[in-house]
Amino acid sequence: MAQAPLHLAAALDGAGWHPAAWRDPGARPRELLTAGYWTDLVLEAERGLLDFVTIEDALGPGDPVGRTDRVRGRLDAVLVASRVAPLTRHIGLVPTATTTHTEPFHVATALATLDHISAGRAGWRARISGRREEAAHFGRREFPEPDGLGHIEELFGEATDVVEVVRRLWDSWEDDAVIRHVASGRFVDRDKLHYVDFAGRWFSVKGPLITPRPPQGQLLVTALAHAALPYRFAAGGADLVYVTPRDGEQARSIVAEVREAEAAVRREEPLKIFADLLVFLDASDEEAADRKARLDDLDGAGLSSDAAIFTGTPEGLADLILDWRTTGLDGYRLRPGTLPHDLEAISRAVVPVLQERGAFRREYEAGTLRGLLGLARPVNRHALERR
Amino acid sequence: MAKQIILAAHFPGVNNTTVWTDPASGSQIDFASFAHLARTAERGLFDMFFLAEGLRLREQRGRIHDLDVVGRPDALTVLTALAGVTTHLGLAGTVNTTFNEPYDLARKVATLDHLSDGRAGWNVVTSSDAFTGENFRRGGFLEYSQRYERAAEFVRAARTLWDSWPPDAVVAAKDEGAFTRTADAGEFGHHGPHFDIAGHFTVPRSPQGYPVIIQAGDSDEGRDFSAATADVVFTRHSTPRAGQAFYRDIKSRLAKFGRSPEELKVLPAATFVLGDTEADALERTAHVRRQQVSPQTAISLLEQVWNRDLSGYDPDGPLPAEDPDPAADSIIKGRTRQHDDRLATARAWRAIAEEKRLSIRELIIEVTGRQSFVGTPEQVADQIDRFVQADAADGFILVPHLVPAGLDEFVATVVPLLQERGVFRTAYTASTLRGNLGLGPARTRDGVPA
Repeated sequence: MAQAPLHLAAALDGAGWHPAAWRDPGARPRELLTAGYWTDLVLEAERGLLDFVTIEDALGPGDPVGRTDRVRGRLDAVLVASRVAPLTRHIGLVPTATTTHTEPFHVATALATLDHISAGRAGWRARISGRREEAAHFGRREFPEPDGLGHIEELFGEATDVVEVVRRLWDSWEDDAVIRHVASGRFVDRDKLHYVDFAGRWFSVKGPLITPRPPQGQLLVTALAHAALPYRFAAGGADLVYVTPRDGEQARSIVAEVREAEAAVRREEPLKIFADLLVFLDASDEEAADRKARLDDLDGAGLSSDAAIFTGTPEGLADLILDWRTTGLDGYRLRPGTLPHDLEAISRAVVPVLQERGAFRREYEAGTLRGLLGLARPVNRHALERR
Repeated sequence: MAKQIILAAHFPGVNNTTVWTDPASGSQIDFASFAHLARTAERGLFDMFFLAEGLRLREQRGRIHDLDVVGRPDALTVLTALAGVTTHLGLAGTVNTTFNEPYDLARKVATLDHLSDGRAGWNVVTSSDAFTGENFRRGGFLEYSQRYERAAEFVRAARTLWDSWPPDAVVAAKDEGAFTRTADAGEFGHHGPHFDIAGHFTVPRSPQGYPVIIQAGDSDEGRDFSAATADVVFTRHSTPRAGQAFYRDIKSRLAKFGRSPEELKVLPAATFVLGDTEADALERTAHVRRQQVSPQTAISLLEQVWNRDLSGYDPDGPLPAEDPDPAADSIIKGRTRQHDDRLATARAWRAIAEEKRLSIRELIIEVTGRQSFVGTPEQVADQIDRFVQADAADGFILVPHLVPAGLDEFVATVVPLLQERGVFRTAYTASTLRGNLGLGPARTRDGVPA
């Protein structure tokens, strides 16, 4: 049996995932907020035929403030993706947007718009904002002292509602709602527009969306997850989940956990499961390890991450990718330790190795992000009802 | 030197003025349409491109209104994408202050300013009603006066956020290991009745310091708000006399806020129809008007004034004998033309219909028309120039009736004539929207250049 195709994504964040990445010789720290920087990065990923890039975001500085040697400042990720969209042609664009302090209606509109602009290449990384300081930026609700699970459960409950209402809004226009019927004077067929009438514990939304149904019908919804609760959130509403195994053995058990979560929510189509890996790539293992060590020194602490950290050669990473893959992973989201260095190593060295081994595409085979991942375009729920 | 004219281009959103029945009419949602109109405006050296927002589909008689162009994208998302296919054109969008929060919106507008190298504009509006609120967390309704208070405080809060990064805060010195000059970059606090927020803003000072702030609003409060905070004011006053009165009034209000008349630009919305001859232009206008006001649209617009179900009436027949019903719940919900005094409007319309012997549709064509400029390119250039030189405006925001090609002819024929007269630029002279509008650098609340 032919093996399912391997998928690769790159996770873009500032100067890279090492806190001192901006001090790497190749880094462009003065350009982190420019369009040219982001366009170059995404074009580089597209040159490597990656399925998609993610663009990190948060409604506050993630790092502890108070030091001057860390990158500070980031742009709205949906808009960064939008800026890059007309200048790229194939690669998927998956910005982060939080579900906690935002308006679900605005989130649905902006992401549907990104899908229209990119002709079907948009996705969404839905995340919660659990930090008290982010809540203070909005001042609308009191966040408790960090008390662990109870509060996080609430935020995931709200996130579940947000994803649900956003998906309903994307379906609130049927595909053929715009009719331009001259004889009757009607621009739109109102029978193909639908109220969503969502009323939940945290908000209610009437609908329909102001924006016609996005080209993909439903955008690719993704989520990062490290534990049972977010696995369940992803299984309930997402199409793809990023997980963080430390080794192949753990990858196997996480895949099993995700499948359990799917069963618990009676999910039909399985989630795509991507493993996150933070990577430092160089011509030799020593060089890669040295580069990371240099950055650790500059930062004054060893890099710690929720994801496994790989230092080594492109061949070594290709070996690991193919090895772990046997545990049931669909693909990987590679977090470049430094940008653009490690992204270039992925697109120019790792990808060719994988291609030589017959494990990765040699050209883009679909026009939409869902298509690249082998996901069908969902039939509109209202059209489905009528059938 | 003669006064220089400002030109902006509007991509029309929900409306009945876009002639979607024309064979040349393209998609209202494809990015290619937005890119076409924006590139045309930039070819014509326009100051900016403008997009309105949508928050809820309108309803008439309790059902979604289906006669108008409807369905549009998120303004800031499209504008940011347009930054990638234009290089000088200003990019401005409407975003309301009622159903947004300062931290999120200030971030987005500053992001647009960064990603366009200083071409962002924000049209600050308040939203209307509980009907729109049904799509948002806050739901409900804000009293009219509260809406302005919230808007004013919203802009103050946004400025506090934008000011939280000094212009030279980012040093990014690799060797010294100093990314920011000081540890407190982005620290802010705003404490007011509508917003009580504090923390760290994540977007360093954007190229323009502040994006260009646009405002519309004709009430006394609205005019003061514009005079206090706006760089550009959109108006509805499209006749020279009304324009001059508004212009004098709004510019005279600037002094009490410590501003000079050059710091606020007045732009009425304007439509246009061009022809090879004057007669040709008039004939084209009549054709456009008939397409804009279909038989069904005529009845629907009449219903908005009569506030009754008039679906049984013949659009080619006379006005209803009965009077409007001002007491009933409004027949139309969502943003629309306001009819403050329905009975008075009906009385005036009856008089016009009787005098000119007009059917319902003919009357609606007559009374809802606002084709500001009609004629040959020479005539239109002349009308625009005279309007601006007479201080009835500083320029216009042009609303084409065709998407996406509605500006092609104007840029090809009228712009060169304005250039010949020496009243319109022949090349972009500045790199930012603020610079092209001749506004001078933004000043922070402390009065220092932003």
